[in-house]
Amino acid sequence: MKGDHHIILRVVAKCLIPLILIYAFYVQFHGEVGAGGAFQAGVVLAVALILHSLVFGLTATMRAVPPWFTRGLSAVGVLVYAGVGVWAMLNGGAYLEYQALFFEPPGGHDGQHAGIIIIELGVLFAVSGGLSTIFYALAGRVAEIRDEDW
Amino acid sequence: MTDAVLGGTGTALINILLLAILFVVAIAIARLRSLFAIVMLSGVYSLVSAAWYILVDAVDVGFTEAAVGAGMSTAVLLGAMLLTARTAKPEKPFSRLGPFIVCLAVGVMLIYATIDLPALGDPSSPANAGVGLTFLEVNWYDTGVPNVVTSVLASYRGFDTLGETAVVFTAGLAVALLLGFGERSLAETLRRSPQPETRPPSVPRDGDAT
Repeated sequence: MKGDHHIILRVVAKCLIPLILIYAFYVQFHGEVGAGGAFQAGVVLAVALILHSLVFGLTATMRAVPPWFTRGLSAVGVLVYAGVGVWAMLNGGAYLEYQALFFEPPGGHDGQHAGIIIIELGVLFAVSGGLSTIFYALAGRVAEIRDEDW
Repeated sequence: MTDAVLGGTGTALINILLLAILFVVAIAIARLRSLFAIVMLSGVYSLVSAAWYILVDAVDVGFTEAAVGAGMSTAVLLGAMLLTARTAKPEKPFSRLGPFIVCLAVGVMLIYATIDLPALGDPSSPANAGVGLTFLEVNWYDTGVPNVVTSVLASYRGFDTLGETAVVFTAGLAVALLLGFGERSLAETLRRSPQPETRPPSVPRDGDAT
């Protein structure tokens, strides 16, 4: 049985992947006060997915997080970001003008906070989904180039 | 001035050490022929340069470099390496003399140009005295976000970040359209073996590339 050689790797990865996910969300939601932000959090999420596929095999990862989900997530992320701009325009402001989200005068901060949190969610979706899609596209080709399969 | 910002000789020694490691790794990457070793060394290069960015107080850049350079692009390059040969073709020495001379000349010019650069963290340098200072002054009234990096990226330059997000999305879309979505291998594997757990991982194990 080939998998038995890597039992330490599997056990360590099983402990590490939840920690990596928690760290990604920490980076995401502390972007306003600390280093990092949605781009980094999205990359860390994608890296957790890649670690899972390196250790447990691509098929297991594709069953857990299917490819249609990652590419859909990426598109939804861009839509969420662009949608905040449209929301501001519907309220009479300029595109992506966060002050207009809740009709605040200059110096009001609620719209800024809400806008930044929503667009960072959009960036998180777009980056983690996009990078996972790239990884799936690259890793998913390997099975079909083996000579003995044809 | 540099010592005052960087904190003395100890930090300067760490600086020199990190840059020396970067230099050695770069030379090793240029001389190696095994693609697996090159990919791993490029990950090492990213990690060391991330440590160096943090040493010069560019925390966000260092974090991004560690996540993207050491984590993501190493994995993507490993995936790309599986699609091609394991070793690069050997090259004759001096076959690229022209590009080497161009690189050397550009390097000498860049080093010459650094003499005119303002010192690291110089408060009167154009980057810190101009628009950067303005952002620091108006940020709290405008947005109420403590981290100026976040408020500049997400609020002041929201269009810019929207464009970057669209770039990431477009990159994923382009790769998926060129290479396929990767679902074919999933379907193929499921058809061939009912238990997917017996399939070995599709990335080289240790010793695969030697």
